[in-house]
Amino acid sequence: MRVLVAMSGGVDSSVAAALLVEQGHDVVGATLKLWGGPSDSGCCSVADVDDARRVAQQLGIEHHVFNLSEEFDRHVVTPYVEAHVQGRTPNPCIECNRSIKFDRLLERSDRLGFDRLATGHHARVTGGDPLRLRRGADMDKDQSYVLSMLGQDQLRRVVFPVGEMAKSDVRAHAARLGLRTAGKPDSQDVCFIGSVEGRQGFLGRRMEFHPAGVVNAVGEAVGTVDAVELVTVGQRRGMGHGSDGARRYVVAVDVPARRVTVGSAAEVMVSSVTLPLPTVTWVDRPLLPGARAVAQVSAHGRPAACTVAAEVGALIVRFDVPQRAVAPGQSVALYDDADPDAVVGAGIAA
Amino acid sequence: MSEPPSTYLDHGATTPLRPEVAHAMAEAGSEPLGNPTGSHRPAQRARRLLEEARDEVAAQLGRDPGEIIFTSGGTESANLAVLGTLDAVGRDGGSPSVLSSAVEHPAVRESCRAAARSSSVTWREVPVDRKGVVDLEALAGLLDEATTLVAVMLANNETGVVQPLDRVVALARAVCPTARVFTDAVQAAPFIDLATGTGAADLVSLSAHKLGGPVGVGVLAVRAPGGIAPRQFGGGQERERRSGTQDVIGAVGLASALRLAAAGRDESVRRVRALRDRLAEGLLDRVDGALRTVSTGAVTLPGHLHLCLEGIEREELLLALSGRGVCASGGSSCASGALESSYVLAAMGVPDELARGAVRFTLGHDTTGADIDRTLAVVPEVVASLRRQR
Repeated sequence: MRVLVAMSGGVDSSVAAALLVEQGHDVVGATLKLWGGPSDSGCCSVADVDDARRVAQQLGIEHHVFNLSEEFDRHVVTPYVEAHVQGRTPNPCIECNRSIKFDRLLERSDRLGFDRLATGHHARVTGGDPLRLRRGADMDKDQSYVLSMLGQDQLRRVVFPVGEMAKSDVRAHAARLGLRTAGKPDSQDVCFIGSVEGRQGFLGRRMEFHPAGVVNAVGEAVGTVDAVELVTVGQRRGMGHGSDGARRYVVAVDVPARRVTVGSAAEVMVSSVTLPLPTVTWVDRPLLPGARAVAQVSAHGRPAACTVAAEVGALIVRFDVPQRAVAPGQSVALYDDADPDAVVGAGIAA
Repeated sequence: MSEPPSTYLDHGATTPLRPEVAHAMAEAGSEPLGNPTGSHRPAQRARRLLEEARDEVAAQLGRDPGEIIFTSGGTESANLAVLGTLDAVGRDGGSPSVLSSAVEHPAVRESCRAAARSSSVTWREVPVDRKGVVDLEALAGLLDEATTLVAVMLANNETGVVQPLDRVVALARAVCPTARVFTDAVQAAPFIDLATGTGAADLVSLSAHKLGGPVGVGVLAVRAPGGIAPRQFGGGQERERRSGTQDVIGAVGLASALRLAAAGRDESVRRVRALRDRLAEGLLDRVDGALRTVSTGAVTLPGHLHLCLEGIEREELLLALSGRGVCASGGSSCASGALESSYVLAAMGVPDELARGAVRFTLGHDTTGADIDRTLAVVPEVVASLRRQR
């Protein structure tokens, strides 16, 4: 079949392209230029495009660069900044997958007559009708969380060639083929934020920060922060210790009131998280109220057994055992209770 | 991957090396060549070939051989023209100012920007009209007696629009007799007689690979009292204006390409224009929503056809055309190879939505009627398939 493979310039997508070529498919590589600003990691630099192009040349496939930087700015970067203005903590990788890679790029792949769009994600698609989205075989590298918003319509048009492989095997395969990306470090953090400027530097040029008072559960002032917009629910760093000498955690952030509420390790635990329905997506069919599931609230977070419940306009995820509070804006992926490798749906914490 | 037959309509990016040029270069390299600054026989042979090439280039440009500086290409020539001129004036204690058309090639535009960033240089861009022709009234308004340099290309690389250089020069001379006029003739060189076309300008740049010569060699012609300040320093070659051992074989190739282009120019212009017109009419007729970017009233180079295809993303179009063996261009790209929105089209007032579907076909000396037939067959099919909903 004809496959368009999204090549970031990293080892996973390089090997994804190589495997497809080895399987005899008609493969074309494309690298997305998503970000015009300074950046030193991820999918946006000239060096990464060069790496992807060189790998494509080594594999003997055509390579193109797609400039989707306007769309990326509109659908990923701007909402990322706006969320921080409201004191929310978004996951830009998920938004990029949702609106760029598995929307704009997938549409483009269709228009160009490709049968499938391939990426280097560590995840698997199995089954027939319906298709299931599963964790990558390498649990340490599993990326099903950042793909958890995909549905049947997307899954039937994509392929994840390295999903069955251990990362070490991916690197070994790249090394065997002499691909220049074989030893390239994994990308870290948010691709459009450089490691030098950091999140604070990046946001500082795009929004205003406000100082805020820090109070404990009974409203007593216990400190201040310089930028309330950079404080995340569940955060421990910078919050010091309570009068009992125990660590303090952020329990709530109220940007308009310029107030951060902190509490003990016990006080930051919650028994549920609310997912407004407009943010909820299902891989196949919805979980009914009362259904058992397993929730994961960050890219490499520990799965937590839960039961789902319905409320007006929202899905409630009730944890069996209380969990560290989920920051508003964070994505929650739900996995099948009976088949815990399989994603059933996702939503964004209120 | 199986290679489809190829129709190359991207001569504006680079042209295939002409066999006669390759032959002339091979001939030049068939005997030992020394460094042209040396004194032994191989050095003298190199020097002779270099100066013969210089004489040929000078003759084609209608200039004195002493005005001809060999460079590494169009970009270096533009940098030397802009920065070297501004430096020379700044060196004399003046406070330099430069005017450039809003559609100059990045080599010129970014040189101006760099100059304006790093010193007391002032830089203003002269707007163009909807056809992409420099606005002479605006130019008149921006010129003053202190203007140092006016940069207006002979023809635009994206659209092929030919600029009224003689009128630009006349206007500049009238307002500021000491202002120098630089014209980037890189894109125009295959099709416009350079002696008459650029004769009025003080500085002219050329690049060999846009006219059937090799990549990596170019020319800056300088006719200016006080000359220009060098941008690179060393052995003082090219009369202290451009240090570095000259690329003798490249210079031979450039001279050969210029001579060939001049000898066949009239016939080539007629032939290429007829092919281009057939392509234009065919595509406008067969492709729904295809619009000429440059209205028919403007003078364009005979090999350029610039269209905007409504509702089409040029990145998709170029990929699909490449798959069918038709090589065209989106007009402007950055270091990563990604297409960028075109400041040339923006300066002409082309709306963004339309510019997204911009495509440039550039024909050249080796383009055949069969190339046009294939393009006319492939483009409408590709556009239709891109428009079809999944």
